[in-house]
Amino acid sequence: MKRVRDWFANPWGQPRALAVITWTYMAWSIVPVVIAVLFSFNDGRSRSVWQGFSLRWYWGDPSLSVFHDPSMRGALEQSLKLAGFDMLIAVPLGVGLALGLTRWKGYGARPVNFLMLFPLVTPELVMAVSLLLVFVLLYKIPLGTEAQVLGQVTFSISYVVIIVRSRLLSIGPSYEEAARDLGASPVGALRLVLLPLLSPAIFASFIVVFALSIDDFVVTDYLSSNESTQTVPIKIYSGVRGTTTPALNALATVMVVATLAAVALAFLVYRWALRSQPGQQGALKEIAALEA
Amino acid sequence: MVRRWFWPSFALPGAAWLVLLFLVPTYAVLAVAFGTTDPIFSNPVPVWNPLDWQFQTMRSVLGEMRPGHTFWIVYVRTFAYVAISLAGCLAIGYPVAYYLARHARRSKALLLLLLIVPFWVSYLMRMLAWVGLLLPDGLVNRALQELGVISQPYGWLDGQASSVILALIYGYVPYLILPLYAVLDRIEPHVLEAGRDLGASPISTFLHVTLPLSKNGILAASVLIALPMFGDYYTNDVISGSPRTSMIGNQINLFFQGGPQRTVGASLVIILSVMLALLMSYYLWVTVRASAQTEDSLL
Repeated sequence: MKRVRDWFANPWGQPRALAVITWTYMAWSIVPVVIAVLFSFNDGRSRSVWQGFSLRWYWGDPSLSVFHDPSMRGALEQSLKLAGFDMLIAVPLGVGLALGLTRWKGYGARPVNFLMLFPLVTPELVMAVSLLLVFVLLYKIPLGTEAQVLGQVTFSISYVVIIVRSRLLSIGPSYEEAARDLGASPVGALRLVLLPLLSPAIFASFIVVFALSIDDFVVTDYLSSNESTQTVPIKIYSGVRGTTTPALNALATVMVVATLAAVALAFLVYRWALRSQPGQQGALKEIAALEA
Repeated sequence: MVRRWFWPSFALPGAAWLVLLFLVPTYAVLAVAFGTTDPIFSNPVPVWNPLDWQFQTMRSVLGEMRPGHTFWIVYVRTFAYVAISLAGCLAIGYPVAYYLARHARRSKALLLLLLIVPFWVSYLMRMLAWVGLLLPDGLVNRALQELGVISQPYGWLDGQASSVILALIYGYVPYLILPLYAVLDRIEPHVLEAGRDLGASPISTFLHVTLPLSKNGILAASVLIALPMFGDYYTNDVISGSPRTSMIGNQINLFFQGGPQRTVGASLVIILSVMLALLMSYYLWVTVRASAQTEDSLL
């Protein structure tokens, strides 16, 4: 009660105005999404006028619901499939690149280090156009799933390198040197010492790559061939301006829930795996620093 | 002794991937932009040898960028939208990041979690949410009618510059807040206490200590969101879809998804990349100079 009275007495005293701005911002950033999720449970065809609660757009409707519309189901499957391939290819490549670039002192390391930064600052549209042109005109790779995977891996690798390298730098070379002094081979030191120490960073990389892939629209759209290789973001983009039903909201909601569930699960696994290693950096923090 | 090829061999696959799927594709854009066009099917014919490059497409595209010509207005509009959106993002993002770093106590964990949520909600899902709100019978129009601000539903989605700019701010502000927060959080409290002990008011401590210390962070975060904004076309397509608000990204997308003139599209991509490269080098120059100055003052 006292705090409320203080607030009324002097609403501009530090930092109340800042608190109001911050909480307003949080509400503004979350509420529209919550409303869109609520409308996925609308009983009518409208995405903006509430007509009662139903699960019609999830599976009730025999032809237009997410569950029964083959193009919507296909989009979900394609999104998850691309995310799976992207994680399986980009993470090993990125870990290798991070290891190589940190430990290799030769004069080839600098240009590769420099090249690795470019995908992070290149607008996606520029990358999408160049990949499309090179696939069509030079490599003769047909558009579709393969092309989409190649494109997504290309922009994912650099994020993995950044995550793993920052962890490598904080570990330092001493553990590995100790292992070598005790008679481990280079491969043995890597397998028995370095990789276990890197596992939190590798784990964080998987999550970040998953999120990058699921969220990607531009590259995936440019390299898609037809309806069968459309992902959820492409489906939303092409449907949002038309007279679509709340099934689109339902599709987007399924994706959001799947992503949040994956992240929450990953976070719990991470906490569980690190329970015996005090002093580790939080995965959430690592991911948060990187998503930017 | 670790063999010389041991560590390079780890970097090799990733490095080869980046060369084949980043460097070569970038060259392909040049080969198309400076290439020729098949006279019958009007397909682009890339010219891989730089000695045979043709420059007439680039010349005519650059000609269209002169004041009063086709692309001029698109470029001016893009710069205006990005500048206004950036200012809006900073106006919202800086206070939020500042509050989080300096004042949030018990609520800090919750606020950080709320701050990260947008990263896990797909960008287009967030745009979809706004389209639902801005529809003629959407909540925004109904609320405004209820309040008596407007009598007829306002066409928010019919090519309004204001809607596009608001959507850009909504879309990109989370990417600005997080790095800004990281920078502000790193400022040591005793630096601020020193300012206060030397007699500065809270406001002058902010202006003379916090703000200068976060200047590089502001610049970095701004560059971080300005770069993708320059290549953004989907926000515009989803929120407006009208040529009245089209940006550079829309113009490029039009040549690749709609029309046959990919040579023109590739030229526009090169011009955009050169512009952004200049922006990046300015940023790097400023940061390098700033860190050199800090070192000087420490010596």
